[in-house]
Amino acid sequence: MKSWDNIAKIALSVNDGTKSALDLVNESLSRIEDAKEYNAIISITKERAIERAQLIDDGVKAGKNMGRLAGVPFIAKDNFLTFGSETTAASNILKGFNAPYQASAIEKLEAEGAICVAKANLDAFAHGASTENSDFMVTKNPHDKTRVPGGSSGGSASSVVLGLAPFSLGTDTGGSIRQPASFSGCVGLKPTYGLVSRSGVVAMASSLDCIGPMTKTVGEASLILDIMSGRDLLDSTTIEKDTLGYVSLDSDLKGKKIGLVKEYFDDSLNKDIKESIENLIIKLKAAGAEIVDISLPILPSALAVYYILCPAEVSSNLSRYDGQRFGYSFDKATDLKESYSESRARGFGKEAKRRIIIGTYVLSSGYYDAYYKKAQLVRTKIVKDFENAFKTVDFLLGPVAPTQAFKIGEKSNDPLAMYLSDVMTVAPNLAGIPSITIPIDMKNELPVAVQLMAAQKQDRSLLGAARKIEELS
Amino acid sequence: MVKISQEEILKLANLARLKLSKEELVEFSSELSTILDYVSHLDKIDVEGLEPTYQVTGLKNVTRDDVKMDYKVDKELLMSNLPESKDGQIKVMRMIG
Repeated sequence: MKSWDNIAKIALSVNDGTKSALDLVNESLSRIEDAKEYNAIISITKERAIERAQLIDDGVKAGKNMGRLAGVPFIAKDNFLTFGSETTAASNILKGFNAPYQASAIEKLEAEGAICVAKANLDAFAHGASTENSDFMVTKNPHDKTRVPGGSSGGSASSVVLGLAPFSLGTDTGGSIRQPASFSGCVGLKPTYGLVSRSGVVAMASSLDCIGPMTKTVGEASLILDIMSGRDLLDSTTIEKDTLGYVSLDSDLKGKKIGLVKEYFDDSLNKDIKESIENLIIKLKAAGAEIVDISLPILPSALAVYYILCPAEVSSNLSRYDGQRFGYSFDKATDLKESYSESRARGFGKEAKRRIIIGTYVLSSGYYDAYYKKAQLVRTKIVKDFENAFKTVDFLLGPVAPTQAFKIGEKSNDPLAMYLSDVMTVAPNLAGIPSITIPIDMKNELPVAVQLMAAQKQDRSLLGAARKIEELS
Repeated sequence: MVKISQEEILKLANLARLKLSKEELVEFSSELSTILDYVSHLDKIDVEGLEPTYQVTGLKNVTRDDVKMDYKVDKELLMSNLPESKDGQIKVMRMIG
C-alpha cells in the first residue's frame, strides 16, 4: 500500500512547478498496473489523462494557476459518465457504452485541474454490499485478499486504500460509500441528499442516491465536497452549498452532544467493533464532548422500508435499458417486444433482475398501497425520528456495519443476508441526512470504523467533528 | 407467509419486459416470498396521520429560465452507441402491427 501527499499539497506543488501533473498521472497508472490482482479497476483513461496532464503542466509553465486540484489523479466508480473510456456500471448491458457527456461532479473536479485516470469496479448498477455482484470480477479487500472490500463502491474504496490515486468517487444509495470505506479502511462521505448533482451518474434509486468522496483523510474529503457541491441546472433536486464552504472546519467538540444510537449497539454487533467504539467514546469525553444514549425505535424497520423503495425505484430506472438506443441489443429478435425482453434477459445480471421483479411487484396495482405507499409512510416516521433526535443532540454515532469485512463467497448465495449488511447504513439515505465513515482502529488485521451522522445540511459541522474523531483515533 | 407463485413471477417479468429462465422463475419465486416476509412487519407500524415521503429536499417546482442550454453532449459519441441507425436517426423495429 503506497501513499500520496495530502491532496491540497499535491495541487500546490503542481501549481508552483515542483511536481508535474504528467509524473503524477504516470505514477498513478503504474500503481494501478502493479495492483491488478485486486481487481479494483475496470478500465483506465490513459490517453485522455495524459493529454489533460500535459495541458495542466503547460498552463503552469505559462504562469497560470491550474486550480485547487491541479494535476491530482483520481478514480471514479464506473457508474459516473466520463470521457476517455467506457462507462459500464460493471454491467454486461452497458459494456462498450461510450458516455456522450460527463457527470457534473466530474466536470467540476476537472475544472479545478483534477485528472480521472481510471474507473473502479462496483456491484453491477451498484446493487450489492460486497462488489461480488459485478458482472466482470470480484474486487479484493486491500488488507486480506480472501475478503470482500465491501460494496457497492468496493473498487473505489480498495483503490484509495491501495494508494492507486489520492482520492476516488463513490455513490451511496443505502451505504455504498460508507460500508466499503469501513471494510477497506478509508474515509467515506455520504453528503446531505441533493448537495452533489446526480447528473451523469447511472441512476439506481433516485430519491436515495448520493455522490461522495472516498479519501485517506477527513480534510481531503472536505476539499472534494467543497468542489463538487452546489446547485446544478442539470439536476433539479440539488441544493445550495453551505455559504462557508467545507474547507475551514470547526473541530472543537467542547459542549457538543453526541448520541449513541441504542438500536445499533444490540447483540448483533461484533464485540471487537463494540470495544473499539467504547475506546473512542472515552477519548471523545476527554475531548469535551457530552455522550448520551439515544433511542430511535423506528430504525430496525429502516431496512424493510429500503428494500421496498429501492427496488421500486430501481425497476423504474432500469426500464431505460431496452436495447434500442445504447447498451447491449439482441439482434435476432422478430418483434420489438422480443427485442426488449431478450436484450434485458441477456444484458442484466441476476441481482438487477431480482430487483426489477421485486420493484415491479411492490408497484403493481393491488400491492402498491400495501408495500410502496406503506413504506413511504414509514419513511416519514424515520425522517421525523431523526429530526427529533437532532433537537437534543448535535451528532449521532454508531457502527457502520455489524461486522468487519466478510469472506468472499460467504453471503453471495443468500440475497437477504447480503441485504442485512446495509442494516446500519440505509436510514441516513431514507432521511436524506449526511453521514461519514471514519476508520478508528485495526482489529484482526482488518479496519474498524465508525459512522457519524448529522441533521440535513449540517455537512460542515459533521466534517469538523469527523476530523476530531480522526485526530483522536 | 406470503407465497409468490411462478405464474405471478412470470406475469411480473412480462410487465417488466424481462425474459426469465426456468431456473430464475423457481429461484425468484422462493426469494421474493422470503423478502416479502421480511418486510411484512411494516404492517404493524402505526402511520396514522402521516403523509408519505416521496423526496426529502423540501424543494418544490424547481424551474430555470426558458433559454437554450449547452448540454455539452458529444453527438458523435451519442450516435456511436446506437445499436442501429439510419440517416442520423435511431432505427427500431416496427411498433404498430
